[in-house]
Amino acid sequence: MKVTEKDVAYVADLGNLELTAEERTRMVRDLNSILGHIDSLNELDTTNVPPMAQVSDRYGVDQSKQGSERFAYASREDIHEGLRKSLPHDVALENAPDSDGTFFKVPKVIER
Amino acid sequence: MNLDLLTIDAARSAVQERKTSAAALAESFYAKIESDDPKIGAFLTLSKERAMAKAAEIDALAAKGEKLPPLGGVPVAIKDVMVTKGVRTTAGSKILGNYVPPYDCTAVARLEAAGAVVLGKLNCDEFAMGSSNENSAWKPVHNPRDLTRVPGGSSGGSAAAVAADMAVATLGSDTGGSIRQPASFCGVVGTMPTYGRVSRYGLIAFASSLDHIGPLTKTVKDAAIVLRTIAGRDPMDSTSADIPVPDYVAELERPVRGLKIGVAKEYLGEGLDKEIRSAIEAAIQKLARQGCEIVDVSLPHTKYAIPAYYIVATAEASSNLARFDGVRYGYRAKDARTLSEMYRRSRDQAFGAEVKRRIMLGTYALSAGYYDAYYLKAQKVRTLLTRDFEDAFKKVDAIVAPVSPTAAFKLGEKVDDPLAMYLADIYTVTADLAGIPGISVPCGQTKEKLPIGLQILARHFDESTMLRVAQASEKAA
Repeated sequence: MKVTEKDVAYVADLGNLELTAEERTRMVRDLNSILGHIDSLNELDTTNVPPMAQVSDRYGVDQSKQGSERFAYASREDIHEGLRKSLPHDVALENAPDSDGTFFKVPKVIER
Repeated sequence: MNLDLLTIDAARSAVQERKTSAAALAESFYAKIESDDPKIGAFLTLSKERAMAKAAEIDALAAKGEKLPPLGGVPVAIKDVMVTKGVRTTAGSKILGNYVPPYDCTAVARLEAAGAVVLGKLNCDEFAMGSSNENSAWKPVHNPRDLTRVPGGSSGGSAAAVAADMAVATLGSDTGGSIRQPASFCGVVGTMPTYGRVSRYGLIAFASSLDHIGPLTKTVKDAAIVLRTIAGRDPMDSTSADIPVPDYVAELERPVRGLKIGVAKEYLGEGLDKEIRSAIEAAIQKLARQGCEIVDVSLPHTKYAIPAYYIVATAEASSNLARFDGVRYGYRAKDARTLSEMYRRSRDQAFGAEVKRRIMLGTYALSAGYYDAYYLKAQKVRTLLTRDFEDAFKKVDAIVAPVSPTAAFKLGEKVDDPLAMYLADIYTVTADLAGIPGISVPCGQTKEKLPIGLQILARHFDESTMLRVAQASEKAA
């Protein structure tokens, strides 16, 4: 077993999930089964293989440049309210579960 | 008007020539949805007001004798992971159960600008996570070809709606096979373009480096029409490519004679159902008879695709789904006393089991001490998988393969075994990881009369060749 109940509790905490006792037991079983399969990746020697974070690395990129200049093709003018206006206040609040008409309302932030 | 097998051109011409009106056509589709969808479950929300307004606009054009745009009056429907202004969009999740977006997804806006009439929003696995559509928070979708079976997923509603003639064409999304696999299970054409070909703006993110929007249609030509409409650079998505979009429809006219078609032994090996294998082999023979040269290729890292995929996809998902916290929109738990309790309880109560499993797996893979062993390792393997394709495409113009190891399975059959469900994505996830385009086109059926799909993969941004080969297979089938 790679993943224990304790690991599940820790990871759930990181992921902002609580999980019921039943869900935790199930999660230990499922994660171990999936990670057991994922371990096959260790059969591959990847010492000199660069990681691939995104596909767009492979086209449009000027390989002779460094940093953000490599992605010049994707840049655009920084225009205030150019492409799309910011949402009007009332529209931004329309889907709010709780609001006072000016702000989103949430329960107490500072716990003690 | 007979809605069966109605294609985009047929629907548009009927409206153009005033054999019917866009409004009457939309009404017939709504009547069909009302009578047939209760047993299929493809639709989650109907957008009648929006549809009828668009139809009226098209009818006014037709009445004036003006030439209709390419999708003028054509009834379409949209997977519920693409936001639609003023029309409820849930992503198949309780956490967005009452979400009414204030803006439109670019792909949807482009379809409408080309005259399409959006009938409504389609059922899918929650946040597009699933291969059977059984992870929808609302209801499962039944395969129109056999109601006891799944339609595939996650774009199950998108495939079923086309197969059951409840829309002429639909949009789906593909992160690990979610357009191609349901298309194969339901016997329709499902197209995943190159990553970056279609803007993801307004697509509710599952895994940002893997997500694609694409069409599900009755014919390859319809796929070409829809793709031509939605493709192309969008300043709202910096990963959308600034590469000219060919006229895919015109490209279809070019013959396939002389094209080199790759067959990878790794895609026809152990685990593939015998009936599927013979259907794929027969389809390969038909391409050979049309003058294609069949070439053996190897994609040696294929067996590592599933493990790499389920790390990359879940890691990105755990990050993307962090935004659902009950503050600005979506579900909020009622009983929380503090903010952190509210986050946890809202997510706990409103996310389904598969979504929680993927958030947990992704968070684990990104957590301190495991990042190098899992996430970084998977990214490196992603490079190897992409190089496999790049090497193969030095020798061939397209690769043909199965879409899924089996035809549509029974509802409930795999629901308790997440690993078994993941392993069935073996033939589709690699194209998502590499960012190359893929299509599923019907190529026969099993003895039980279940559809079989042929997958065709091509080089980055070469959807034209992929569509040409797909059409050649379609005509031979």
